[in-house]
Amino acid sequence: MLSDKVKEDIKRVLNNYANKRSACMAALQIIQGVKGHLTDEDMRELAQLLEVNNVRIQEVGAFYSMYNVAHPVGKHHIQVCANLPCSLLGAEHLVNFIERILDIKVNGTTPDKKFTLSTVECLGSCATAPMMQINDTYYENLTEEKVRDILNSLKK
Amino acid sequence: METVLLKNLNRPGGHTIESYLGGGGYAAAKEALRMGPDHIIQMVKDSGLRGRGGAGFPTGLKWSFIPKEVFPKYLCCNADEGEPGTFKDRGIIEYDPHLLIEGMIIASYAIGANSACIYIRGEFVFGAERLDEAIKEAYQKGFLGKNILGSQFSLDMFVHRGFGAYICGEETALLESIEGFRGQPRKKPPFPAVWGLYGKPTVINNVETLSCIPSIILKGPKWFASIGPEKSPGPKLYCVSGHVNKPGLYELPMGTTLREIVYVHAGGMRGGRKLKAVIPGGVTAPLLTEKELDTPMDFDSLAKAGSMLGSGAVIVMDETTCIVRSAYIINRFFSHESCGKCTPCRDGTIWMTNVLKRVEYGEGRPGDVELLEDLCASIFGRTFCPLGDGAVMALRGALKNFRDEFVYHVEKKGCMVSGGFGPA
Repeated sequence: MLSDKVKEDIKRVLNNYANKRSACMAALQIIQGVKGHLTDEDMRELAQLLEVNNVRIQEVGAFYSMYNVAHPVGKHHIQVCANLPCSLLGAEHLVNFIERILDIKVNGTTPDKKFTLSTVECLGSCATAPMMQINDTYYENLTEEKVRDILNSLKK
Repeated sequence: METVLLKNLNRPGGHTIESYLGGGGYAAAKEALRMGPDHIIQMVKDSGLRGRGGAGFPTGLKWSFIPKEVFPKYLCCNADEGEPGTFKDRGIIEYDPHLLIEGMIIASYAIGANSACIYIRGEFVFGAERLDEAIKEAYQKGFLGKNILGSQFSLDMFVHRGFGAYICGEETALLESIEGFRGQPRKKPPFPAVWGLYGKPTVINNVETLSCIPSIILKGPKWFASIGPEKSPGPKLYCVSGHVNKPGLYELPMGTTLREIVYVHAGGMRGGRKLKAVIPGGVTAPLLTEKELDTPMDFDSLAKAGSMLGSGAVIVMDETTCIVRSAYIINRFFSHESCGKCTPCRDGTIWMTNVLKRVEYGEGRPGDVELLEDLCASIFGRTFCPLGDGAVMALRGALKNFRDEFVYHVEKKGCMVSGGFGPA
């Protein structure tokens, strides 16, 4: 069930667009912002709200890689950039390092559901490589020591 | 050179409207609203400004294609900066959002659009927040909304966040995405100037392109045209990353040589190592080597050198870099970002990545290098949009200059550079 607050926020973004359907991406972002991922039920409800067929919402959710469809991620979603500029400066070592200290593999989530580790393509922060994004925040110019400190502060 | 695009980058609070106004901001918009649309378009044409998103199409000409008698019209700013190595638009958005907004006001007025949208990639959460705040400020001060500065011209502006799809940087995929569809490119023609957002005339310009507009209005097209080469003038943002001492964002005259960018501005090679290869314009651009370092970084000179300016993202690789591994990482990116619309790109890029992966990890089979070349030939020119071509161009650049490294990987089951496999 979508909360009244979510529905209100969706109504507000409708004003930006020429038709209801166009608000689909923004609406999914609002829903994910609250729940961390998207469920079938929520997408069906959104389809009704935007007056489009359910499959239209599903296909958008499936196409864009930042929507977590049906796959809940941990409280802190660690996304390490693995593209060329970061790779040149040791992104793979960083990924291995995080795998070791969290004891999970890439695409895995810790048993306490606190951390999910992913690798992603370029995040547009190449002059401060290597870097990662945890939820909405960028962490740049990373070293093993920095990563350990960041993860320790989030573990609390 | 006096900087115009990055002048507010290091000013504390430079992103606020007070600071922007204090530095003479929105004077260009005021001036432009008095000039009339045709005069502005002529000025932009005279300046010689070419689109900074990668294709280098003349901006004034693009604006002039918009039919006068069809309503409504739209302006879309392409801030879906996703080409690996590129972070120039992010710099403007986060630290000087009003420069972009002012450019967009002028562009909208010139083409007759009353609605403007900034399409920003989903990962730039901070940038999207900065833009939302800046747009709000601009409304409060009367630079957006109804009857701007008493000119009878009205403009609404909003931010649309992408959500993880490189392909939405392709202009028609971007339009699909704003309309609430999957971001897959449309057939061209008709071009967006005729059939764009909701089937209406639409101009799509890059952040850096639009940010050049205020200075063209204030300083004049002659000033702009006097910077850099005659055929592609103006200031240009170069994003330098990789094995250099001072990676970063540099505003320099268009046509600055690669050598000057790497050795003067970016402080030279890290650890004094030897330069092996440079990608001059984002991973799509074929790599260049030491002997091509004196190439001026502009659209035409780089095309002549067999590469492209693209987004101006300079990725520098030193002698410790395995080109096979770089090619694999670049190709993996393209196969990940292929939208799935056409077969040569959807299946071809995945096939190339699989072959590159086994070559990189010492499992290459005899004939794999020839297979890669064959795949390149089968994909190039046969894809719906330039993404598939981009994957081929990148790989062909690597094969042209470093074919022996690929062959070595296949035959010796090991890396020519590191001796092992995987990350050095």
